[in-house]
Amino acid sequence: MSADAKTKLLPKPSRWRQLNWRGAISVVGFFVLWHLVVVLEIAGFAEIPTPVQTMSTFISDYLGSSKYWNSWMVSFERVLYGFIIAQLLGIPLGMLFGTSPRFRNLFFPVFELLRPIPPLAWVPISILFWPTNESSIVFITFIGAFFVIVINVYDGVGNIQKEHMWLARSLGASRMAIFRRIMLPSVIPSIAVGMTLGIAITWNVVIAAEMIASDSGLGRLTWEGYVSSTPEVVLIGMISIGLAGYLSSLTVDYIERRMMPWQEKS
Amino acid sequence: MSDKPEIIDSSADARLGHLSVQNVSKIYDPHGAHVEALHDCSLDIPAGGFIAVVGPSGCGKSTLLNILAGFDNLTAGQVLIDGEQLASLDHPPRPGPDRVVVFQNGALFPWKTVLENVVYGLVVQNRFPESEANTMGMELLARTGKLDRIAHSYPSQLSSGMQRRVEILRALINNPRILLLDEPFRAMDTVSKTTMHRYLLEIYDQYHKTVFFITHDLDEAIFLADTVVVMTTRPGTIKLRLDVDLPRPRTRTRETMLSQRFLELKQQAVSAVHEEAKKAFERGERELA
Repeated sequence: MSADAKTKLLPKPSRWRQLNWRGAISVVGFFVLWHLVVVLEIAGFAEIPTPVQTMSTFISDYLGSSKYWNSWMVSFERVLYGFIIAQLLGIPLGMLFGTSPRFRNLFFPVFELLRPIPPLAWVPISILFWPTNESSIVFITFIGAFFVIVINVYDGVGNIQKEHMWLARSLGASRMAIFRRIMLPSVIPSIAVGMTLGIAITWNVVIAAEMIASDSGLGRLTWEGYVSSTPEVVLIGMISIGLAGYLSSLTVDYIERRMMPWQEKS
Repeated sequence: MSDKPEIIDSSADARLGHLSVQNVSKIYDPHGAHVEALHDCSLDIPAGGFIAVVGPSGCGKSTLLNILAGFDNLTAGQVLIDGEQLASLDHPPRPGPDRVVVFQNGALFPWKTVLENVVYGLVVQNRFPESEANTMGMELLARTGKLDRIAHSYPSQLSSGMQRRVEILRALINNPRILLLDEPFRAMDTVSKTTMHRYLLEIYDQYHKTVFFITHDLDEAIFLADTVVVMTTRPGTIKLRLDVDLPRPRTRTRETMLSQRFLELKQQAVSAVHEEAKKAFERGERELA
């Protein structure tokens, strides 16, 4: 084509250029800054180990330790159970609140009374109620995600476009078909928002709950580091929790994209 | 020409869609605010006719369309389609695949592909197995503007013009007696609008479905329709009925758009609409035609 001769296409960016180098610099910068404030003995940082010390403790004592990796497993399990149970109960409850005025009038006030109670305020009653420590921690984790999911799904039902419902009726859809093929897909984006918020809250909650009421998990590991005056362990615990939360968010993002193939990737 | 039966029946003897609106009134909230949206409206559209309804905002055009579609009830009068009662006081209207709406802001299901949207009616009514419905959908998409190439796209990937075309086909594939279009091209630029007019007229000339078309655009109304109806400001009544005797098939050329007859018709419509718009404005209504 003659037009091609005149138009010079921009070169396709190489893989190297697509890398988020600003982000890489900032991560490296963070560790350098951490190292500097400790080495320069800036006020308040006297007790804090350098990243190098932390790393060497990690490699020598933790990388090969089954107890450490078990902490990961235990925390992940608690988050997973709490999160999944919250979805299984929260999505139907949100749909019921959204679709049945009678049900909403009856139960929503109770729900609204319980919702403002922070998950950690449930710790004592949960320990009294549940037979095992494990079940009470899963319960508290569940509470963390449950209310967010319900509220988001309920809100999503309210935002279903009335034109979609009208059209489905025009096109001859039965009540069941409208529920399955119009209402459910309409609330998927709201379910996704609930999942994103829910997974973040469950990590928050599980760590605190482990510090208060458990003898295992990443939260407990961090707390033991404090109690035994080994600040390297505190930092190893914190970084592990950060990584675990990040991995969970990535997984949830991936699931959400699979749930909504129609949404354009940005 | 294939010998298998056509998806959409357009043969003259099977032509359905004679719509008769008789003394229809609609009052919202009769025991409270008592807003009279429609007052004693009567219209008769022959089968295969194309009617365009214009009028100031809030004059009840959409209320009338919602009654025809079965989304809303009426408070007096009746609506007949091919002699059958569609809506009356004792017969609350029901939506049905014989009267599918194309909405102003578009209402394709975003979680379904173009093809899934188009065949949704056929599948959900259990009229055809899904594979057969898909074949029919592809055929219709291919035949009207070669849209089969976007069959597996999601609506969010399409321009608003493309989306509106798909919506028209989603209605058309149900072989409706009447197509209800609620300002479908309102938010479009002039060029897209012209393309959409050509597309709609092609479909109209091919299938001869009765069309009930709401618009604010007088040029559009006169160019497309056989009959242009101007409604009064609230409560909506029929102010003027103009028969557009321009020959079909119509093309948007200088000769058509500036022909003596076109301009005459437009003049009549403009003065009627302006009178109503002025009344609406004086009453403090928010927008002009």
